[in-house]
Amino acid sequence: MPIDFATLKVIWWLLLGTLLIAFAVMDGFDLGVGMLLPVVARTDSERRVVINTVGPVWEGNQVWLILGGGAIFAAWPALYAASFSGFYLAMLLALAALILRPVGFKFRSKMPGTAWRSTWDWALFVGGLVPSLVFGVAMGNLLLGVPFRYDWEMRATYGFGVFDLFAPFAVLAGLASVAMLASHGATYLVTKTDGAVAARARTAARLASLGWLVLLAIAGLWLARGGLGYAITAGADPGGAPNPLAKSVVRAGGAWLANYGRWPALWLVPALAPLGPLLVMVFTAARRERLAFLSSAIGVAATIGCVGASLFPFLMPSSSDLASGLTVWDASSSRRTLGIMLIAVCVLLPIVIAYTAFVYRVMRGRVTVAYVESNADTAY
Amino acid sequence: MTSDSLLDLSRLQFAMTAMYHFLFVPLTLGLSILLAIMESVYVMTGRPVWRDMTRFWGTLFGINFAMGVATGITMEFQFGTNWAYYSHYVGDIFGVPLALEGLMAFFLEATFVGLFFFGWDRLSKLQHLVVTWLVAIGSNLSALWILIANAWMQNPTGAKFNPDTMRMELQSIFDVIFNPTAQSKFVHTVSAGYVTGALFVLAVSGWYLLRGRHTEFAKRSATVAVSFGLAAALSVVVLGDESGYMATQQQKMKIAAMESMWHTEPAPAPFVLFGLPDQAARRTDAEIKVPWLLGLIATRSLDTPVPGIYELVASARQRIVDGMPAYAALLRVRSDPRDAAARAALQSHVGDLGYALLLRRYLADPSAASPEQITQAAWDTVPSVASLFWTFRIMVGLGLFFIALFAYGFWLAARRQIAERRAFLRVALCALPLPWIAAELGWFVAEHGRQPWAIEGVLPTFLAVSPVPASSVALSLAGFVLFYTVLAIVDAYLLVKYIRLGPRRRDTAAETAAPSGLATRPSAGS
Repeated sequence: MPIDFATLKVIWWLLLGTLLIAFAVMDGFDLGVGMLLPVVARTDSERRVVINTVGPVWEGNQVWLILGGGAIFAAWPALYAASFSGFYLAMLLALAALILRPVGFKFRSKMPGTAWRSTWDWALFVGGLVPSLVFGVAMGNLLLGVPFRYDWEMRATYGFGVFDLFAPFAVLAGLASVAMLASHGATYLVTKTDGAVAARARTAARLASLGWLVLLAIAGLWLARGGLGYAITAGADPGGAPNPLAKSVVRAGGAWLANYGRWPALWLVPALAPLGPLLVMVFTAARRERLAFLSSAIGVAATIGCVGASLFPFLMPSSSDLASGLTVWDASSSRRTLGIMLIAVCVLLPIVIAYTAFVYRVMRGRVTVAYVESNADTAY
Repeated sequence: MTSDSLLDLSRLQFAMTAMYHFLFVPLTLGLSILLAIMESVYVMTGRPVWRDMTRFWGTLFGINFAMGVATGITMEFQFGTNWAYYSHYVGDIFGVPLALEGLMAFFLEATFVGLFFFGWDRLSKLQHLVVTWLVAIGSNLSALWILIANAWMQNPTGAKFNPDTMRMELQSIFDVIFNPTAQSKFVHTVSAGYVTGALFVLAVSGWYLLRGRHTEFAKRSATVAVSFGLAAALSVVVLGDESGYMATQQQKMKIAAMESMWHTEPAPAPFVLFGLPDQAARRTDAEIKVPWLLGLIATRSLDTPVPGIYELVASARQRIVDGMPAYAALLRVRSDPRDAAARAALQSHVGDLGYALLLRRYLADPSAASPEQITQAAWDTVPSVASLFWTFRIMVGLGLFFIALFAYGFWLAARRQIAERRAFLRVALCALPLPWIAAELGWFVAEHGRQPWAIEGVLPTFLAVSPVPASSVALSLAGFVLFYTVLAIVDAYLLVKYIRLGPRRRDTAAETAAPSGLATRPSAGS
């Protein structure tokens, strides 16, 4: 393989970010749509309009999450093992909420009763809200550091319970994530619906993006001034066999800003993050619906990008045994596995993107009350 | 050391969620192909009844598919949540087919399944047919990748232990993908799915025929089902036999336990048709044997012996003894990576390191084990004999029954008598649960038969588990049982409701009035 190990690790770090962003942009809007379902739609027909805006595509979107899981397993096995087991109950809560979505989408329209349908509406609401919150809280915890340590055989043990996950900063990150995906879902709904639903979605987009902007600003300040951050002092070997225990790490307030000082071009990422929700407000008011959705997507990408750019080279710092923290240099799989997976991604991902685009093209256009009422059997 | 209750709860949760997931997977595998076949006939002949068939079975497929997706989400993440050390230890290899499954298969089926349901009015006939085939191919490809992953747990080829990273690392992706265990398992498993799909269609059609409803529709559906089902049932048994042959090569203990064969029999070994295995006394009572049969199936020769449990335990004991110095050397390498002598000592017995790990159940440092502990660990390599003996026999019996059922049905269909033979239709209806039972038993044989290993010969299950509090796993397990049970009841209720409603006729009526072959249709209906 012509690419050296250190470069491969960085490429896979970028791919990890790409996959998480693709998940947040693609599946993010249907999570947001789920959260907004009780807010923007009142009658059964309106709810069906909202559900059918994502009905044909949400299943493909969710694969970004599944692929994210698979790619972390293959490329960052130590991160896969330590994060999912460390956040055990929170992860299972998110999984249980995600399980509600396929059945909610599919089962709701299969029976006419009001109680039946409103049960599945709540299922879709929870299925949108809980994963958005949990994933945001998890991101917040990454920035705080997670209390875990490795023993000699690389067995991780954790020093916290489920409630320790909800530290104030982590809760802030969770709420920011909810606001961000609600805004993202709302801008999507504005482009896909008309009439009363679109009007309520417009209001929701403005409010949610305001919340996103404010929470993002607080989180940014906290990151800069809140004493958060870790730094590697010695022992990191970018080209070496992945071994977390080889390095030394210190806790250093403000260290999460160090990368921006080292590579000033990186400032672009935190600059774009607040610009996203800001433009959502502007374009929504100006009725430029597609531009509002595009701004939202860029804002989502940049917000997640901020987490990655601040943490680099950390993936999941440890707060209890600093050296055990996982970084890009010591949490990856072997060079051969990274190389093979890179080839697979380069060949297969463009094909995936091409047929996804085809499906969106086929399903283009607005979903209206008239459409769902005349397609009572086939639409959701 | 991990506590036994944590291990048991984690295993129970994995078994529960996996077996639950596999209630929905076989029907998805089978029905997706049947839908594609039915729609192909529709596109080729232009006869609307075939489109109605595609749409009606498609509705049932959709209800089942949603549950498959819902329960599948858990599976993708559960290795990380509950088997963290497993994920660390073999993620370098095991994660690859899982990621490829997402890239190559899940995207395909999940992206196009939306178009399958929503695209009838937006696509030409041919385009929609392609979409249906892509869903079917995506579903089946996902089975391929997950079985490549599972086969690696049974037969870990193409990987090597790296003491610096303290894990197994990939040596050859070709050895992993073209693992002979994977090839036979894949065809065996998807064929089992086709049998499930075929029997589902046959049983529901039989129910309509028995009640005199939707006769034309049901006759055609039943004909497709028996033809497809016969081919699939033959394939299941033939490839199941291939699976057994592979297991003989790589998992001799699993075969010996399935056959409850305590001692090596002179070749060719007899097949025990009936017996009462007694694990504590290490013998099988009341055996009824068929001479030569096992030797022929398992070794495909007259002179190769099939090793018995006592002999396999003796060789496991030897491998534990050989693995102990490797373990001692590993400790030295971990404390001083530059110790070249320790590295050489590790390398010379690295293949038996996994066997030394079996001793960790009894003491923290395997290199200090007593002979009694070694013997005890060697006997741990014997899975639960009686349960494997019986589940295997029931599975095989069901497999043979499916061949007979579909062969008779095929004969009836060829003579155009399938709608009249009410006894056959009743048997088919009563047989509806059997493919699921056979499939679950098959997984039980494969996975329970692999115990005590998570990865055969490499990593014992008790070392693979996440160190989360047992109470958390108890909570999540209880949550899953409750949650899944409610969803299963809802799912079954909806399936029954839509089967009772039956296919709708109005499209057929509308289209026979209008010229057929139009690219798009004005209205929708199922």
